[in-house]
Amino acid sequence: MSQMNRRRFLRTGGAVLAAGSLPFSLVELAFGQSGPEDFTFAFISDSHITHIKGDRFVRNWDRGMIQAVAEANLLSPRPDFIFYGGDIAQLGTPEEIDHGLEILSGLRGDVHHVMGEHDYYLDLGEHWRKRIGPDHYSFDHKGVHFVVLNSILTWDEWTHRKWDTPMQRMKEMARLDNPDGSPFMVGDSQREWLRKDLSNISKSTPIVVMSHSPLQKIYRGWNFWTEDAEQVQELLKPFDKVTVLYGHVHQIQYNQIGNISFHAAMATAWPWPYPKTFVQEASHLPKLTVEMNRADPFFERDGTGWQFINMHTGDVDVHYALPDNENRVVAFNEQQDQPVDTLYQEESNRIPPQDHY
Amino acid sequence: MNRIYYPLTQAALAALLLSMLAPAALADRFTEADLERWAQEYMAVVDRGEKLFHGGLENENTVSCDQCHPDAANTHPETYPKFQQQLGKVAVLGEMVNWCIENPLESDPLALDDPRMVALQAYIHEQRRLVPLVPGKH
Repeated sequence: MSQMNRRRFLRTGGAVLAAGSLPFSLVELAFGQSGPEDFTFAFISDSHITHIKGDRFVRNWDRGMIQAVAEANLLSPRPDFIFYGGDIAQLGTPEEIDHGLEILSGLRGDVHHVMGEHDYYLDLGEHWRKRIGPDHYSFDHKGVHFVVLNSILTWDEWTHRKWDTPMQRMKEMARLDNPDGSPFMVGDSQREWLRKDLSNISKSTPIVVMSHSPLQKIYRGWNFWTEDAEQVQELLKPFDKVTVLYGHVHQIQYNQIGNISFHAAMATAWPWPYPKTFVQEASHLPKLTVEMNRADPFFERDGTGWQFINMHTGDVDVHYALPDNENRVVAFNEQQDQPVDTLYQEESNRIPPQDHY
Repeated sequence: MNRIYYPLTQAALAALLLSMLAPAALADRFTEADLERWAQEYMAVVDRGEKLFHGGLENENTVSCDQCHPDAANTHPETYPKFQQQLGKVAVLGEMVNWCIENPLESDPLALDDPRMVALQAYIHEQRRLVPLVPGKH
């Protein structure tokens, strides 16, 4: 997108955001003149569909997913595809995965999926793979190389411990703050697969990596963390432009480490606190991140949301669609060579709801 | 409880005689053993609260407190009582706990002195220990 178009896009976007509710149809004005390699995709994540019994599911989490699907369907022009960032289910049961997929089936467009720990630790991903397909893969789209990793694996000693039942293992991993949990990792064999996958890709090709957990280390206690993050980053280092998009953390996070930009997705289900608000342990949220607004629990969808991603010349702009709140745009800034919030990045522009404690 | 008995010296005998004139327990005296026992009593309730917080409330929809509040983060117990703008009045922490139980957990509120409510609050406060009190802060 030219500088002119880009400015107009940001301005139009801002005006529409100020007007609130569904800002998507006007995006077309900006994208209409963009170059052939520019495209958009939607990014929905962490719905945690929860089965109660029979045909009953937790209403709140259903509603979050239904709303994201409905809003993503209003995007105009249509996004090229949709990414689902993992944790479609809460306890990995076929009922939950099938119910989530049924809601997602309302999406207009192809969906690429990422495996989350809540999808995996009941049957080690068997039902998920049966319904969806492989948990790591890559594809090329309009000059961008997309890689999907399963980053929520852990040590075999933990996974194959003598559990009473598979559901016991699932529940141990489902509890975010579990001191008896285990850190996430991509693992040796998948990293070897990634090395081979990237070996034929030109260094000037923009790379987008999708993972469930952050491929950077923020807080180990809640698995805002991937144990072998540095080793994965090392494989991505030779490329000019890399973006990692991830779920799991249910909050706005963004960062720049060398050539790699990082962006997290909001959950459609519920927001998570920033780790620093658990004062008994140290954590390392990227300094670059301007935090999301503190959620008002009385507005059920506040603190939740989904994203649409504008890819232009290999850079990623993340548009956070936040029901019951002001939308946010975190866009790659070419001068600063890092993602910045287009409204709040300056210290003096921050607002009281962004103060988490 | 561990008590250590020493041979009765004259001084001890005198003390014993004196103590027989006094009430059996002195209200302002407590021992290391007392402190340890009281801490244990408290921690037992914290542990119960930790279980209730992580799915132990047995609400039908199975949603648990820790799903939104891992390690009880973002509960801000040090800010209560405060003007809870959504309720339009000054509220105590227990009222907000009940709000969560009634809404996301879709269950029935607890009496504020229900042992489960006490346990939940003990866990929430324990996870926030050493943070200065700032009542009224939003």
